[in-house]
Amino acid sequence: MLIDADARYLESHEWVKKADGNTFTVGLSAYAIEQLGDIVYMELPEAGAEFAKGDAFGVIESVKSAADMYMPIGGKIVDVNTAVPDGPDMLKADAYNAGWLIKIEATDASQFETLMDEAAYRTFIETEA
Amino acid sequence: MKLVFEKSVAGRRGLTIAKSDVPTSINLDASLLRQTDAELPELSELDVVRHFTELSEKNFGVDTNFYPLGSCTMKYNPKVCERIAAYPGFAHLHPLLPQLRGGGMLTQGALEVIYDMDMVLREICGMSAFTMQPMAGAHGELTGIMMMAAYHQDRGNHKTTVLVPDSAHGTNPASASIAGYGIKAVPSDENGLMCIDALKEMLNDEVAGIMLTCPNTLGLFNPHVREICDLVHSVDGLAYYDGANLNAIVGRVRPGDLGFDIVHLNLHKTFATPHGGGGPGSGPVGVVDKLVDYLPVSTVVKRSDGTFALDYDKPKTIGYIAPFYGNFGVFLRAYVYILMAGKEGLERISENAVLNANYIKEKLKPYYDIEHGQLCKHECVFSATRQVENGVHALDVAKGLIDAGYHPPTMYFPLIVKEALMIEPTECESKETLDGFINAMIEIAKKAETEPETLKAAPISAPVGRLDETKAARELNIASLA
Repeated sequence: MLIDADARYLESHEWVKKADGNTFTVGLSAYAIEQLGDIVYMELPEAGAEFAKGDAFGVIESVKSAADMYMPIGGKIVDVNTAVPDGPDMLKADAYNAGWLIKIEATDASQFETLMDEAAYRTFIETEA
Repeated sequence: MKLVFEKSVAGRRGLTIAKSDVPTSINLDASLLRQTDAELPELSELDVVRHFTELSEKNFGVDTNFYPLGSCTMKYNPKVCERIAAYPGFAHLHPLLPQLRGGGMLTQGALEVIYDMDMVLREICGMSAFTMQPMAGAHGELTGIMMMAAYHQDRGNHKTTVLVPDSAHGTNPASASIAGYGIKAVPSDENGLMCIDALKEMLNDEVAGIMLTCPNTLGLFNPHVREICDLVHSVDGLAYYDGANLNAIVGRVRPGDLGFDIVHLNLHKTFATPHGGGGPGSGPVGVVDKLVDYLPVSTVVKRSDGTFALDYDKPKTIGYIAPFYGNFGVFLRAYVYILMAGKEGLERISENAVLNANYIKEKLKPYYDIEHGQLCKHECVFSATRQVENGVHALDVAKGLIDAGYHPPTMYFPLIVKEALMIEPTECESKETLDGFINAMIEIAKKAETEPETLKAAPISAPVGRLDETKAARELNIASLA
């Protein structure tokens, strides 16, 4: 699955899904993972860190390039999937579930609605390609 | 092939050393002495010679094959430059000699080379003065940006940001960041050139300067480059010329005439010094009048009696950036190369570099996608997007080229081109070599359609096949014996 219908997206290819209440789960889209190629290094924040929408929360480095990963919604990091930096190949297998990266407690949950939905993201990556 | 350790046979030796008739007295503490023999390979002299000769035969370089590595300008290094750099009068000089009392008079020839090199680079780049000290291009970048910072500090400017195009070499933002600046990337327009409107929006009093390669990493010359420099000057910013792509315009256009204030050169690119495994390099930096005071110390000056000396009297200098005077042996080679080529030669260098790149571009256009297919300069950037439809990526095209006997082009750079294949033939190659390469690329494009699996399996003729590209990055202690 290249695009998960339940998620919203950033142009920098992060996905975000509603978890429960004010909490959101964030990861990288399967499309982005495919484009990056083999991933060699990943840096994720510590739980408790706070970021505004658009801040870089982590770094991903592949055999092709290195990139920052950005917050789709501002808030506090409440959980981090530390298994991913140890075994980044799992992102290829399941980018939208087991491959989640961080959970955010949003300061403003309405920011979610402003992000690209499945159809908009599909159009975005098609025109980008 | 086997490792030299695996070839070891117990008791075999290359020579027998005569027994010492001098009594030995080692007064080292027992804890410092080795308890077991070092596990060195035991081989005959002939075994060793064959081992290293075999290894040397696996070398791949411009001296053996075509090497169209985009952005790297892998041109031929003329042997006469090597020969002159090896003259004992140069090669055996002690680097501290000019600093000793009276030592300057013993090194007049070397000092004159540094002085003259400064003069010829001024002329080639349209700058007011050069320093030869930076040890490589990226070191030159940092030197240049530190002079930029010194200029702004001196004028009381409050500057926070350096602008780079989104197609920039990674070293540009890295150098500016190490010098303490924040970075902003200026997007490219639909022609692959810096978007002037975006630049205008990003310009403000906090902009310290802009770093540009010209032509850019797509091999395209920006016809608005003067306007870009003027715009940056309008906020008292400085225009920095990254000399990585100078080979495209050398002898034809001078960065100083385009409006640039600082220039760094990668001598191994434009002026044919060896591309070693990481060095030694040489990255001279030139500046315009208003920045001359900030150049690193020392500089070489010519006295009224015609002799040469080191000058440390520069109160506003950014200080020392390298031991001695830079990699003397490297810029000596470049100096010889420039004198050999002369003005006419330099013009023909860029002319032929551009002609060769355009020849490859036009011949390969029917087989590979190219987003910016207009007249290019010294390099052209294709995209393997058409081949991806059959599952063949830029990486597979590159691996296929290895089997055909060519070094792959630069891949996946610049980052703004998907599946990028960045080809830079340089001026050195004959039409026959270029045609051979073009045919190999066409063969690969055909294979991508008819038998893509063979490209996925390439290379099959190299000493090693597909390497695990992630293992060394994921297992940082991979080479540790412990």
